[in-house]
Amino acid sequence: MTSDLLHQILRRRAGAFCLVVLILFYVAAFFAPLLAPYATSDQDLTKTYHPPTGVVWQEGRLAVRLYKLVDPTCAKYEAEPGQFAPIHFWVKAPTYHFLGFIPVSHRLFGVEAPARLYLLGSDETGRDVFSRLLYGSRVSLTIGLIGILITTVIGLTVGGLAGYFGGVFDSVAMRGTELIMAIPGLYLIIALRAALAKYFDDSDQIFILIVVILSFIGWAGTARVIRGLTLSLRNRPFIYAAEALGQGPVTILWKHLFPNLFSYLIVTSMLSIPGYILGEAALSFLGIGIQEPSTSWGLMLSQVQDLKVFMLNFWWLLTPGLAIFITVILFNVLGDVVRDIVDPKLKTQV
Amino acid sequence: MNAPATPLLQVENLKVHFPITAGLLQRRIGEVKAVDDVSFTIERGTTVGLVGESGSGKTTIGRALIRLVNPTGGTIRYNGKDITFLRESQFRPYRKKIQIIFQDPYNSLNPRLTIFKIISEALEIHFPALGLEQRRARVAELLGKVGLKPEHMDRYPHEFSGGQRQRIGIARALAVEPEFIVCDEPVSALDVSVQAQIVNLLQDLQEELGLTYLFIAHDLAVVEHISDFVLVMNQGKIVEAATAEAIYQNPQDPYTKRLLDAVPKI
Repeated sequence: MTSDLLHQILRRRAGAFCLVVLILFYVAAFFAPLLAPYATSDQDLTKTYHPPTGVVWQEGRLAVRLYKLVDPTCAKYEAEPGQFAPIHFWVKAPTYHFLGFIPVSHRLFGVEAPARLYLLGSDETGRDVFSRLLYGSRVSLTIGLIGILITTVIGLTVGGLAGYFGGVFDSVAMRGTELIMAIPGLYLIIALRAALAKYFDDSDQIFILIVVILSFIGWAGTARVIRGLTLSLRNRPFIYAAEALGQGPVTILWKHLFPNLFSYLIVTSMLSIPGYILGEAALSFLGIGIQEPSTSWGLMLSQVQDLKVFMLNFWWLLTPGLAIFITVILFNVLGDVVRDIVDPKLKTQV
Repeated sequence: MNAPATPLLQVENLKVHFPITAGLLQRRIGEVKAVDDVSFTIERGTTVGLVGESGSGKTTIGRALIRLVNPTGGTIRYNGKDITFLRESQFRPYRKKIQIIFQDPYNSLNPRLTIFKIISEALEIHFPALGLEQRRARVAELLGKVGLKPEHMDRYPHEFSGGQRQRIGIARALAVEPEFIVCDEPVSALDVSVQAQIVNLLQDLQEELGLTYLFIAHDLAVVEHISDFVLVMNQGKIVEAATAEAIYQNPQDPYTKRLLDAVPKI
């Protein structure tokens, strides 16, 4: 079933493209410390709002142009003709722990100080936007997957049990979901964040808090749909047959209902991942999401709400917005492709 | 000398009512009397036919016997023991003795499981001591019994025709080695040519394994062919109960006469 699905996705051009690009994004996020030339908080106050450095082929190797600050009042840089700094591969860097326990003291590429390599320019304190984008993708890309995992587990449990047992449990569970759905999402998020903020202070905990808050809002919709699907599957004779054999309700849910909901779950998961990415971006943009010194795409966007970014055309600072846009589109298209593949009306009854 | 044997199944004044509720608090405003005061007896090793039009409550009786719906009143005695209001855990041993075959061969098999897994589920529940190899051997044997091949066990239900699926459903019911099988319109969704094969298979199995059937149908010809005794149901009540010949040759109740008249004649 799963390998079959993968095969079908790869046979479609749009599906294969989205899947491959998304996998590249996740690989880049995973190896961010290795790929990023600088750490997230590596400042250089002499090179604020530096434009992307030009990369050229010079004397048989890649090199970056060197720039001179010509007008500090409006951060105007000019390339110095004939001045280059060669790009080195596998350069020494301060030791860090990859995945928290593998000590690594190299990065994939970099230039010798004091020259700096800004593939996507620098921000107001001279930090490398490209590096921060890579580190930020770790938050923005994983938040969707973890959020979906949590909502699916809660939604499947509550919706599945409500649909299967019906009666009082069903009523209580459904009134609960209605309660959550009746409160405007953004206000609920902000209220929860404010109420829980004092118990979470370091950035990893805030990340988890945000996932939990977004999942808390998100499970209600999933649970309702799962309940409806379970209700319709509940009256299929194969469920009765399992009951007649003396199979327990939990096993029936797990073995007979869940596999029949699988295709639906895959599609909704794909289509709701963007919701989490955007939710994190919105929270960070409002200043109640990920906090410095960590970084995320939403946080990077919120830091450029500055008139001079637009007036002086520091377009490279808006790349996190582009990254969010591309990721959301990729997940939506992939979700559509998967839905076409597993549409029950077209597929299951051959 | 033996005392007269206890009938396998005795049903007395069985009632199954479904509440009709309305409003915010799900107030009970009435009830549907799906099965209303029904009594009958099924002797060991025989087939009792249950006929009636759609909505007459035949299927509900079958489901009440196997505890897929809870009876509202009356008693069901299996082998002399009252099983009417047993808790699910106490009813468990009877899940091995009473089985059911469903009408719809397309929906009665989980589309996501292989035939082996479908039949093996029964073995896992009631014969937990069997290992994987033993279960595979047993499933192969059961498939052989219902006229399928052992190599069919690793396929999925959609690869089979309606008649073959119904055979798989029969194999699943037989897996627990039951004594009594409720056949809930087992042939009404099948082609006429396949119907005869399935009915004959059921009869052969009855002879071989000493099974007892409650055969629910709306097709009078099939019921006459397979049944020793026939119950005619209308609007939740049994209106006539007699041997198969008596019903067909000398129907007493006006409803039975109308049912017989409704059979198309060539």
